[in-house]
Amino acid sequence: MEAHALRTFAQIKATVHELGQSIVAAHADDVDQQARFPHEAFAALRSERLLSSYVPSSFGGDGLSLTEVSELCRILGHYCSSTAMIYAMHQIQVACIVHHGQDSVYFSRYLRQMCEQQLLLASATTEMGVGGDLRSSICHVEVADDQFTLTKQAPVISYALHSDAILVTCRGHKDAPASDQVQVLVETQKTKLTPLTGWDTLGFRGTCSAGFTLEAQGHKDQILPTPFSVVLAHTMHPVSHLTWGSLWTGMAQGATNKARLAVRDMMRRSDELPQVTALRLAELDEVLFSMKGGLAGAMQAYQAMLDDNNLFQAEKYGFAIQVNNVKTRCSEMVVDVVGKALQIVGIGGYRNDGKYSLCRELRDAHGAALMVNNDRIRGHNATMQVVVKES
Amino acid sequence: MYQERIRTIVAKSVKLSKDINDIQDSDDLYSVGLTSLTTVNLMLSLEDEFDIEFDDNRLSRQTFESIAALNDAVEELSA
Repeated sequence: MEAHALRTFAQIKATVHELGQSIVAAHADDVDQQARFPHEAFAALRSERLLSSYVPSSFGGDGLSLTEVSELCRILGHYCSSTAMIYAMHQIQVACIVHHGQDSVYFSRYLRQMCEQQLLLASATTEMGVGGDLRSSICHVEVADDQFTLTKQAPVISYALHSDAILVTCRGHKDAPASDQVQVLVETQKTKLTPLTGWDTLGFRGTCSAGFTLEAQGHKDQILPTPFSVVLAHTMHPVSHLTWGSLWTGMAQGATNKARLAVRDMMRRSDELPQVTALRLAELDEVLFSMKGGLAGAMQAYQAMLDDNNLFQAEKYGFAIQVNNVKTRCSEMVVDVVGKALQIVGIGGYRNDGKYSLCRELRDAHGAALMVNNDRIRGHNATMQVVVKES
Repeated sequence: MYQERIRTIVAKSVKLSKDINDIQDSDDLYSVGLTSLTTVNLMLSLEDEFDIEFDDNRLSRQTFESIAALNDAVEELSA
């Protein structure tokens, strides 16, 4: 294996900021307009070996902590929401393998391969006919003579056609109940993807979250050895909401930065502090402050579990509620922050060609509460609120 | 030893994919139909039946994953 010099987190962050300001930001509008995959951004992320940042260094990755990886999602969120979202979704799948696949010969070899080839992982969780419930599958994996076959009607597989592999949830065998699920890693190149639905949306247009009928086959070792119920509770649920919360906070930070620049311009023009807009900027930053605070609290709690190697703590209802709150609150606050930033910038923010245009950010922001609907998450929280004594 | 009373409650609160009599004490209830949401009904029914209260520290998947685990919890809470 090719040896790579160890780099510090500060160096990695600086690299991501550099890529963000140059390549990622430069193509963000085109990605949005064409509703296309951010090829340039991911070519750059690959060449800087940033797809393996969460993989432990023993496998060839950077071995960053989840807090650090989430910080990278946040940074990317400043420049292109779609790029940041794809990066986050990839990291969620990586985390599932890192946390639950290291004991498997196949998956530990795959982790090495991921680092060497900078592979991009996608996910197929929801299924036609289950109403968006991750914890139910209709399809199942069929194993015979060490080989499996799997067919799934997936209403959403983000960036499927641009991924190297897809982690697919399904029932563990043909007689398994809907909730007895496993995750199977399928190689995209060896998988038949027949389009079901397209992806022409208001925002997050670059995630290319189209639907497909997926037909895959492979070796039975590609079935992740841990039951999906455990993978979800210990990893996918917290990592999703924490990385998404981070990138939404990055989007909010990016909008706030634009608003600040606009206020400075106003001040340069008049030599006086523009009273109303400056006050609005101060208020806006208070919302951003709460967003960051809520996220940081939940992040700290989960990082402590990871550091103690005790992910069973993540099964506690109190923690699940906290992580759900990160999702619901951050996804709604990002709309609030971008909207407030638009009020500050004014017509220049409303113009698509304005210097501090916030049009794309505003459209993207509205997706956060809808992609994995907040009402569904509140429904889960409502049930858990009934049983916990204190949140 | 509360297994029999627990079994009656599990059968009543959870939409099981097989008969309660075919489920062993150590079987994973989540693989036969228990979900995080039905866990709540189950917990409330157990609290009523045994006049106990599940503290927040116990509210996780592990506590509810099998008849045996539930029996341990009920025994500890009613001690």
